[in-house]
Amino acid sequence: MAEIDLVVADRDIQAPGGFDVQNISLNLPGPLAAPPPARVQPTEWVMFTSGTTGAPKLVVHTLAGLTGAIRASQPPPPPVVWGTFYDIRRYGGLQILLRALLGGASLAVTDSEESVGAFLTRLGNVGVTHLTGTPSHWRRALMSPQLSEIRPSYVRLSGEIADQAVLDRLAGAFPEAKIGHAFASTEAGVGFEVTDGLEGFPKAFLDRTGGPVDLRLVDGVLQIRSDRTAKRYLGETTEPLINPEGFVDTDDQVDVRGDRCYFTGRRNGLINIGGLKIHPEEVEAVINRHPDVDISRVFARKSPITGAIVAAEVVLISTFKPQSASRLQEIRIEILSLCRAALGPAGTPATVHIIDALPLTAGGKLERRRA
Amino acid sequence: MQIREQIVRIFVEVARDQEKPLRPLKDDLILLDSGLDSLCFAIIIARLEDELGRDPFSESDVAHFPSSFGEFVTLYQSGGV
Repeated sequence: MAEIDLVVADRDIQAPGGFDVQNISLNLPGPLAAPPPARVQPTEWVMFTSGTTGAPKLVVHTLAGLTGAIRASQPPPPPVVWGTFYDIRRYGGLQILLRALLGGASLAVTDSEESVGAFLTRLGNVGVTHLTGTPSHWRRALMSPQLSEIRPSYVRLSGEIADQAVLDRLAGAFPEAKIGHAFASTEAGVGFEVTDGLEGFPKAFLDRTGGPVDLRLVDGVLQIRSDRTAKRYLGETTEPLINPEGFVDTDDQVDVRGDRCYFTGRRNGLINIGGLKIHPEEVEAVINRHPDVDISRVFARKSPITGAIVAAEVVLISTFKPQSASRLQEIRIEILSLCRAALGPAGTPATVHIIDALPLTAGGKLERRRA
Repeated sequence: MQIREQIVRIFVEVARDQEKPLRPLKDDLILLDSGLDSLCFAIIIARLEDELGRDPFSESDVAHFPSSFGEFVTLYQSGGV
């Protein structure tokens, strides 16, 4: 008792006499109430939508939805070694992790510190058979001398528009591989896969009924209905994820030419840079903070490396008098610095052109242009 | 030779703009080891297209992407402007 100064107890106690100890007794309000019965419900998987410069959204999936496309496809013959350029914490990478787990196969993943060449060498060493990534991942791999160290039998692209050039180059690099590009998104789940080696998808996909996935075009925008879509957005949102007819709006614009459908970009001009989505209006707002800028227009410019890049056209205020060409160059650099600080590298325009005027629509809005 | 100088200048500009360290631009430098990332290459190709009026990466008869700096320069020199 020599070191005790205070005793706290839930009933009256009496310290042995002769010691200088403070006693505090607490009266509890009777026995604790039984805990409420646990509510049993299936586990829900919450995922971030792919990165954007806007506020990220959280969507809710069920395991049945996440694995719907896996059970629907034929299991590949063993031995299968999966590899992926994706982050397995995001929808695209999680699909591959689940495929490997459910199929009992190995999976090789990379981290952000590993170089493309080192990852390809490692994939070659483990004998990767099935390798997946975005078209931007694949274009970067196509620039690597270590690409020749792998011989996958299955190559898959998703997350961005796969153009004919990247499909042709992959077919040239892996003449014996099956090459597929899939439409999938965090919100809409796995929609469909195209394996005929051509960009876009057959128009007949729009007419398929009774299958696991229904597709339709509404005002030229693809909508998807299936059990594999996310169930809802988490948190406060202004719009439901699934419309009353059960379709998820993908925001992806589609042109129908002949018997083929081609993706032409995102509605509202959202720019997809290697899977990272940039809102043009946000970039414009940052550019317009520059004191010499009157108005700006930001749009997607096609890129053979990242699918798209951010391009900007800028009109300076009418009172601006360029003292020299070098002052214009300084303004360009100041604009780039503003954007980099506010939006990070992907949101920073790759090109900034200073022009005399920007066209407005009859309604007085900035006329948007498509890549 | 003029095209090579333009390419070198743009590599240096983009590395500076994107705050990336750039290795010396020798012909045998592997592009993915140069210190630049995919976004840098996308910007370089866009700026070269603005200056040269040509993007050989998007030309359908180019079957292979260059992997070294020397191959990159050759791609722009071939076919001419």
